[in-house]
Amino acid sequence: MTEETTAPLKILVLVKHVPDVQFDRHIDSDTLRLDRSESVLSELDEYAVEAAVALVESQGGFAAGHEVIAATMGGKSASNSVKKALQMGASSGIHLNDDALAGSDTVATSKALAALIEHVGAVDLVVTGMSSTDAETSVVPAQLAERLNFAQLTHALAIEFDGASRELTIRRDHAERTLSMAATLPAVLSVTDQANEPRYPNFKAIMAAKKKSITEVSLADISLSAAEVGTAGSRTSVLNATARPAREAGTVINDSGQAGIALVDFLAEQKLI
Amino acid sequence: MPSALVFFNELSDVPSKAQRELLTLASRFDQSTLAVASEVSQDAQNVVANYGLSKLFVAPSQGDVFVDHALSVLEASVKQSAADVVLVANDNFNREVAARIAVRLDGAVITDAIDVATDLVVTKDELAGSYSAQAQSTGGTLFVSVKPNSIDDEPQSSGQQLEVQTLEIQSATAAQVRVVATEAKAVSDRPKLTEARVVVAGGRGVNGDFGPVEDLADALAGAVGASRAATDAGWITHDAQIGQTGVTVSPQLFISAGISGAIQQKAGMQTSKCIVAINKDVDAPVFEIADFGIVGDLSKVLPQAAEEIRRRQA
Repeated sequence: MTEETTAPLKILVLVKHVPDVQFDRHIDSDTLRLDRSESVLSELDEYAVEAAVALVESQGGFAAGHEVIAATMGGKSASNSVKKALQMGASSGIHLNDDALAGSDTVATSKALAALIEHVGAVDLVVTGMSSTDAETSVVPAQLAERLNFAQLTHALAIEFDGASRELTIRRDHAERTLSMAATLPAVLSVTDQANEPRYPNFKAIMAAKKKSITEVSLADISLSAAEVGTAGSRTSVLNATARPAREAGTVINDSGQAGIALVDFLAEQKLI
Repeated sequence: MPSALVFFNELSDVPSKAQRELLTLASRFDQSTLAVASEVSQDAQNVVANYGLSKLFVAPSQGDVFVDHALSVLEASVKQSAADVVLVANDNFNREVAARIAVRLDGAVITDAIDVATDLVVTKDELAGSYSAQAQSTGGTLFVSVKPNSIDDEPQSSGQQLEVQTLEIQSATAAQVRVVATEAKAVSDRPKLTEARVVVAGGRGVNGDFGPVEDLADALAGAVGASRAATDAGWITHDAQIGQTGVTVSPQLFISAGISGAIQQKAGMQTSKCIVAINKDVDAPVFEIADFGIVGDLSKVLPQAAEEIRRRQA
């Protein structure tokens, strides 16, 4: 990455508060919504925060006037994920907090986030993870590129930025090829877990984050009505959700020299060979 | 009966297994159309006709463009066909194209589908396959990405006359994204990981040597996968990674060798029909979900199994 840059960059990194994947996750059988009580910053969003902060550091750092705004939407507790992003180096936070957002599908989510990004204004680059770890659709970044008319640079394996030309280049897997693709800002960038190694906030960074501000906005503040988001604004409706029966452990044998044969016997019994 | 549109970005002479599954799914609907954003050979057209599709839109791309051409082709095809449901593959590129056009045309989008009924109710996996859910559109055109290995490939016996129409795509604006370099990946003779009937995967326990894993995969005509520990160690390319940040597989048979089966890894394979696990550690979590488990040394068990399979097939 080059050192010189012309104008300060305004980067917005999207973070999502999701149920911890280390525990069993549940869908409520009445509301058909995900139980979000044990939530954390989506692990894959840490790569997005790292990419945004590293990009600023390569362009003269925050002292050069660049900004990284960590943004989220969701209920009150979602601000915890913004705090984590601030500890990792984002300069400020914004939280679209409105109960009416619950139940948003990708179409409604991208609508709300695009309105939030336009509310922030003059954003040069939107950075996201490759997927949330809850819904796992991984399509919201592309939908944001569509709604904002930004270049779509998604699923980046590696990222390069040229400050002078404001051109972002990524590598991405596509069919049986790896492509290098370039676009001039503004752009939406989604980052895979191959792109970097997220930093672990140290004590100093955790203390510094306490001084950073998180702005809270409502749907009214970003000129959206409750009917445009959440279940009402979604183009899909969920009819039912059923937990699959847990897999049960089958026979386990100790290898005493013939286990490879026993394996083939099992495959033959199951008509798999 | 609703009508369906299938969209492929590319179609070779021999359609992939995932593409044939989508064509089978489309044949359930009336007057199904296929749209392809590149050239389609006569051989490929003959295959498509065997699935009872009646119309083919082709729109060869001009130059090296990434997403923009596919977006224009899908948008034009949806408008011209007036299809009720649009079926695409579940890979990142096709999901993104479908999701953008759903936004552009005020439609609905559902990913990770395993079935689409003729009343347009979609069955899909949630939470890495630990839940099954059903969903539908609230009104607009429904865009669905369908997971491979969900539908049985069933061509119809008699081919139908395929009407081919070349779409005129106006590129009104210059592409926002330029492809500046293309690298072909190493070609493998093995089946594609996401489409394979059999997957043999290795983890930390292979200790740098994927030879026994590859050999058993070849004996079973299967694909080779890996845990993140193995790809991070550089023992095999990242493309082979199965799990939350890699690919999700749902084969008839999944053989896990030297993989502990941590929750992120399980997320990528737990919908496999049959799971076999080989691990030195009797407490490895993978044994909790395996239909058949072997506590033992994979470097002994895998070659013995591969040899026995070849002996019985000889």
